[in-house]
Amino acid sequence: MDLKPGSRLKSSVCDTELIVVKAPSGDVDITCGGAPMADPADAERNGEVAAAAADGTALGKRYVNEDESLEVLCTKPGDGSLALGDMALSLKEAKPLPASD
Amino acid sequence: MNLMMLLEMASSGFGDRIAVGSQGRGLTYEQLFQRAGATAMRFREAGIDRVSMVDVSSEALPIALFGSAWAGVPFVPLNYRLTVPELRHLAAEVAPSVTVCNDDAVAAIGDLDGVRAVVRPDFLAQWAEGAAPDSDWNVDPEEIAILLYTSGTTGAPKAAVLRHRHLVSYIIGSVEFMGAAEDEATLVSVPPYHVAGMAAILSSVYAGRRIVQLPNFDPAGWVDLVRAEGVTHAMVVPTMLARIVDHLEDVGGGLPSLRALSYGGGKMPAPVIARALDVLPETNFVNAYGLTETSSTVAVLGPEEHRDAHRSDDPSVRARLGSAGRPLPAIEVDIRDEEGNPVATGTSGEIWVRGEQVSGEYLGRNSRVTPDGWFPTNDGGSLDGDGYLYVEGRIDDIIVRGGENISPGEIEDVLLSHPSVADAAAVGVPDEQWGEAVAAVVVPAKGQSVDIADLQEFVKSQMRSSRTPDCIELRDELPYNETGKLLRRILREELAESR
Repeated sequence: MDLKPGSRLKSSVCDTELIVVKAPSGDVDITCGGAPMADPADAERNGEVAAAAADGTALGKRYVNEDESLEVLCTKPGDGSLALGDMALSLKEAKPLPASD
Repeated sequence: MNLMMLLEMASSGFGDRIAVGSQGRGLTYEQLFQRAGATAMRFREAGIDRVSMVDVSSEALPIALFGSAWAGVPFVPLNYRLTVPELRHLAAEVAPSVTVCNDDAVAAIGDLDGVRAVVRPDFLAQWAEGAAPDSDWNVDPEEIAILLYTSGTTGAPKAAVLRHRHLVSYIIGSVEFMGAAEDEATLVSVPPYHVAGMAAILSSVYAGRRIVQLPNFDPAGWVDLVRAEGVTHAMVVPTMLARIVDHLEDVGGGLPSLRALSYGGGKMPAPVIARALDVLPETNFVNAYGLTETSSTVAVLGPEEHRDAHRSDDPSVRARLGSAGRPLPAIEVDIRDEEGNPVATGTSGEIWVRGEQVSGEYLGRNSRVTPDGWFPTNDGGSLDGDGYLYVEGRIDDIIVRGGENISPGEIEDVLLSHPSVADAAAVGVPDEQWGEAVAAVVVPAKGQSVDIADLQEFVKSQMRSSRTPDCIELRDELPYNETGKLLRRILREELAESR
């Protein structure tokens, strides 16, 4: 599906919900727990988290693909882990900024 | 995207932490979430277009802010120091609204058509109590979250438009979720109608940092509250910091709990920050540069950079103490000339910024953002070879004397470096020979007298003679607005008249 910053995604096999921070143009094949994610309005719970994609997501953490062209923020955690095509997304290391306001 | 997403995450991630108020007595994130939901229901029932507030900071502020986000109407904090006619004008423009008011504001605007004025105690007892509905806020990122009337130091106030996407992008791009330790507390002393007052709520909620509010700033009250509440973080405008440093030098004692102090919202005089570093040696200082139209901060000078600059003997490193640091990772900064073309490194021009958090939009006016997303800030500045941003002030304030552009800040820095000067401002005044002449107003330091001819000679010895003030006037104080912005327009008018 086409994604843009602000797009929301829901897992079809666990509680995970995401918001897109950055996305490449064109069709993006993002999965959670081994199953395609969908707009929360259309998402239906259907099936189980695949054993190979069951590391889970953590609230408030950001996940990126290898070249960081895709970045998502976890707004609700779940049992499935995230992937783009065949490649698992990885936790983005936080570079803390000083509090400014 | 909706601001409520930030509060919902906080409520589910650390719902029993205190969000706002004293440790043990304040509202938790879960309670704040509940009250925002209950309030949203009543805002919807009231059939209004906006939620407004004419009051100092209190727990009603985050409730009303998030409640309006949930209800899907813009939140409009108004300046409670406006005159009655000014307030009536803005309140009428904001209507139909629910407006949370102090007692004076109820009397001032309660009779206006479409304004439902509610005093704070009633708002808290009647509007914010009850059950919250399911999470059913609108998630369209284009919806307006906050309208902020700019301070109007250069003309009639206009409303900056901050959409949910701007503010949410700013927060998730600059704040680590639950990044605050459980003992952290931030002291908010800027008023609700200042962008930093709004950003402080959003940043703190997302970081999980307890908010302590000081409704009316005074330096003794600020210091007392830091000590009583174990405040770890705070943001101040330059005039506040100057008064805090004066107070601490008078009464003695430090602020051991205060780990980080950020400042912004105006030009910080170099002597003030140097004294602050000496008075608060344990505190990390952060200089933040931002605008209402950019959802607050776009560049920061961090604690290490402050210390390095303060200790350095290298003038180019030391000069960074006067810089706004480097742009946030999600922000691009460009310096451009009058035609909008980029200038060489180290050259002054207009500061342009680009990023998801940049709005650059005013209600009912054409956006100043270019089709490719760049916003001209109307601030002058330069970038050095290491990417440090130097802000020179509003371009409208630049003095053009005989065709030469002179930044008032340069002259003020020199004036302030003189031991007999406590505060200084330079402005352009009409002049038959030069088009504009340089005029300065100087506040003598406590117990000092200022010899005007000597001071002119002092500036001349450090700068080109064209930058030497043609006239200097002595005063007891300079005109600032309550958020620390020097009112140059007033000075220009007064000095032009007195010449």
